Amino acid sequence: MTTWQIVILASIVCLALKTVGYLVPPRAFEHPTVARTANLLTAALLAALIAVQTLGAGQSIQVDARLPAVAVAAVLYALRVPFVVVVIAAAAVAALIRAVT
Amino acid sequence: MAERSADEKKALRAALAVGLATAAYGISFGALATVSGLDIWQTCFLSLVMFTGGSQFALIGVLASGGLAAGGAAVTSAALLGTRNVFYSIRMAPIIGPGFFRRAAAAQLTIDESVAVASAQTSLPAQRYGFWVTGIVIYLGWNLTTLIGALIGDLLGDVSAYGLDAAAAAAFLGLLWPRLKERQTQAVAVGAAVVATLLTPWLMPGLPVIVAAVVAIVIGGFNLFARKGTTA
Repeated sequence: MTTWQIVILASIVCLALKTVGYLVPPRAFEHPTVARTANLLTAALLAALIAVQTLGAGQSIQVDARLPAVAVAAVLYALRVPFVVVVIAAAAVAALIRAVT
Repeated sequence: MAERSADEKKALRAALAVGLATAAYGISFGALATVSGLDIWQTCFLSLVMFTGGSQFALIGVLASGGLAAGGAAVTSAALLGTRNVFYSIRMAPIIGPGFFRRAAAAQLTIDESVAVASAQTSLPAQRYGFWVTGIVIYLGWNLTTLIGALIGDLLGDVSAYGLDAAAAAAFLGLLWPRLKERQTQAVAVGAAVVATLLTPWLMPGLPVIVAAVVAIVIGGFNLFARKGTTA
């Protein structure tokens, strides 16, 4: 697939998902297990993406400047620092570590 | 313009506060998307058409680690993260009411924030008003800041020197953080992170993230780690 095909396909799928509830009678989705699992799915994917972004290097695991940067981000989120500031701080921590090592 | 009720004013304030805060995420997305290999047009297309932050970040995250070969995994990750919008749209349908064009526009604006603001209001007019104002403010802000971020990312060039790869992980953490209140969600997050990490050396880039979604299905399906009385 080309980048454009990936971008367009993914966009259409995501947009289609948003329209489902306006088209389909809701009964099929009312089961609590389905609703609960859908909620948890979001958390699972985000957590998996964090792990891969922090530790993955292609098809291997690599501990480097990203790990302390994400740890700093976690501390800042816990202190309720705004999103954009945390993202910039994480980038700065990683860049700083790379500059001095 | 008709006089707004107190309810609607409250909804408007919530919409503007959430809208402005979220629009700022767009800068991060735009910058990360261009350094992940997308051009400015592709980056803006995602914000214009896909318009659901988690899925957009997921798509560029998988492409950044796996390249075009991980295209299928990138689309699947974005789609899986977008499934929560199905449940949002079900909740919003009675609030939005009938009408093809109205529903089509509402579908595009159905995201975490517009649904959250609408759900927090008590009267139907305020819910409807909160949904539309939040959705429109974020749509405009998100697309404008995506473009600004994309232009910045385009200028930056080499990713790792600036620590933008770490910024991507920090951005995902920011999306996850508000969801970590329940013990069950925490268990899913830890389990999925462990599974994705352990599978990384064995599977094609992008696939570990998708397989890690099984953790949510197992824990959700059997309702493990749930506190008593919070089964739904």
